Amino acid sequence: MDALSTLFYALVFPGFLFLASLALLFQYVDRKVVARVQGRIGPPLLQPLADFVKLLGKEVISPEGSDSRVLSAAPLVALAAVFAAFLLMPVLGPSPLGFTGDLPVALYLLTLPTVIMLVVGFASKSAYTSLGGARAVTLLFIYEVPFYLALLAPAIAAGSWSMGAIVEWQSANGLLVLSQPLALAVALVGLQAKLERAPFDIAEAETELIAGPWTELTGRRLAVMRLSFDAALVAGCVLVALLFLGGGALPGDPHPYWLVAVAVVLLKAFLVALVLIVVRAAFGRLRVDQFSSFGWRVLAPAAVLQVFVVLVTVGGGWP
Amino acid sequence: MAEIMIPIGPQHPALKEPVNFKVFAEGEIITRLELDLSYNHRGIEKAAESRDFTRVVPLLERICGICSHSHTTNFVKGVEEAMGVTPPPRAQYIRTLIAELERLHSHMLWLGVGGHEIGFNTLLMWTWRDREDIQDTLEEMTGNRVNYGTNKVGGVRRDLTQDQIDRAHKRFDTLEERFQGYAEMATQNPTIRERFQGVGKLTREQALALGTVGPTARASGVDSDIRRDDPYCAYPDVKFQVVTEESGDVFGRTLVRVREMMESLKICRQLLADLPEGPIAAKAPRTAPKADVISRYEAPRGELVHTILTDGSDHVARLDIRTPTLANWTSVAASLPGAHLADIPVVVAAIDPCLSCTSRVTVVDIHGRKPASYSWDELRAWGIDRHAGRRRRS
Repeated sequence: MDALSTLFYALVFPGFLFLASLALLFQYVDRKVVARVQGRIGPPLLQPLADFVKLLGKEVISPEGSDSRVLSAAPLVALAAVFAAFLLMPVLGPSPLGFTGDLPVALYLLTLPTVIMLVVGFASKSAYTSLGGARAVTLLFIYEVPFYLALLAPAIAAGSWSMGAIVEWQSANGLLVLSQPLALAVALVGLQAKLERAPFDIAEAETELIAGPWTELTGRRLAVMRLSFDAALVAGCVLVALLFLGGGALPGDPHPYWLVAVAVVLLKAFLVALVLIVVRAAFGRLRVDQFSSFGWRVLAPAAVLQVFVVLVTVGGGWP
Repeated sequence: MAEIMIPIGPQHPALKEPVNFKVFAEGEIITRLELDLSYNHRGIEKAAESRDFTRVVPLLERICGICSHSHTTNFVKGVEEAMGVTPPPRAQYIRTLIAELERLHSHMLWLGVGGHEIGFNTLLMWTWRDREDIQDTLEEMTGNRVNYGTNKVGGVRRDLTQDQIDRAHKRFDTLEERFQGYAEMATQNPTIRERFQGVGKLTREQALALGTVGPTARASGVDSDIRRDDPYCAYPDVKFQVVTEESGDVFGRTLVRVREMMESLKICRQLLADLPEGPIAAKAPRTAPKADVISRYEAPRGELVHTILTDGSDHVARLDIRTPTLANWTSVAASLPGAHLADIPVVVAAIDPCLSCTSRVTVVDIHGRKPASYSWDELRAWGIDRHAGRRRRS
């Protein structure tokens, strides 16, 4: 692939522009489905775009004593991290930017927005944001290890750290959702927590902390940060679709035409997103200590168990 | 982690009305709490002294946006007692019916707010949607959704038609089904259980010592309900149960309210079925003889007390209103230390506070133990000084 088409891949399709549109689309579906569950009408299709554009034009306010440069840079770093993670994912077939070991890199990049929430929380110099930032990182310590373990289980089974290879392996050996349902469940819970969605929206906690670390983000900072988290929803769902649901492969055709492949991946990602959305509508918010006890008593043992089972089966030469 | 102070209010998304808590916390655990009430003193008691009995009723209706009927019923009941007037039975039934519909929509509102406080907005949207059915019924019967304008001294102002009664019955059937759903949801949804059970615990002894009232007291096993203990209006004629729970936590308060909704519906049906014929108001005299009446009423949030002093003229000499929120406030401060920061909105909301209705001003010299009074100009100067920061809030 020459430089020009790589640039096109990164900036237009399926990179920046495409992912940004998808992020807004997923935000629309998220809001619409939750609204319908709640007996409301919900927003029109272009509402997320309108919100984004409107926020771009709004005044940016830095609280007294806050570090304005950090607050401006943080959302951009988060956005860049999420978009970079998405570029590594084999959505059209193998990604031109993918390499052996792209899975840990993508996971690392998807962790960055949460760390950035901590930075934003403390840079904003407010009790609400600091507490929210502290909570965001407390949560990170609870869900991140099980989440990583759950996503590494497919890698161990496939014997590769490359997302493309894991997708390939599934075409030959069957979808991993069938052999590793526990890992999928842990991954979904981890994803929900990572994206700060109910019942794990503990860092944002509107009724306690206004908006947690988000409280002092205004104007384009808020718009970009929101977009990063929407894009993270897309990237997370695509990741699950790739690692557990076989990515863009069709039964009997591991390498369909790229347009078909991307449609299949997105359809699967969309189904994953629907699960996350319905869960968001069906629960209230847990407390930190409750999530912590759930994380260590249920989530972590489940992930460890799954990895153990995978190690035994792989070591035992089965399948 | 060092102790930090987190200000909650007077403006805060968890609060619908202004109040200020200074919460001192170590990490996520609350160590102590300072309550600062009365941001919305409206001088209603004073205003009530300057209006005659007819014109004071609409004023009292506007004390609270939710239990508007409670205040007027309690007041006209007290004034009727002072005058020696007995309203006809049909008027009593209509008053009671509106009162129970008010309790229904108030408890529905609370359930939604309770859900919202733990981020369970689906429950909020559902309960508030169904609450509209009750509001529609109230609007059909009285012409208004909030301030019904039903009461007057001596009776009620509007009669019910058969058409309204039929429609209300139809709505009650749907509501009963929905209430069952809420009862199930409140007891079975895992996040509600996690966030409400064992939170904001108040023992029976504490509840009694702090003088809590209404669902807050009943959830701690205090078996008190003015509707049964000191019956008024049509309550002697209807059968209902006083709902109590033993757990004393927010979950108990939720269960009490949900089951009270069922009881209220039962009362409404009985009232409509047994509605007596006859006039809807008795002729009341213009003035009331000198009297000192304490009027009690079971508002949705608990016991509401109006102390009415009359002096033979056509207006009250003094009216003192003790709202249930004032009786319940101290229980919040008592049950929060040791709890998690995240529990504040839930525990505060669990008493269903109605803040603006509660604000009163008394000036007391704590050393001389003497009450004092301010003139309007002095009060104004005091207020300007305070907001300019020249005077410490005392």
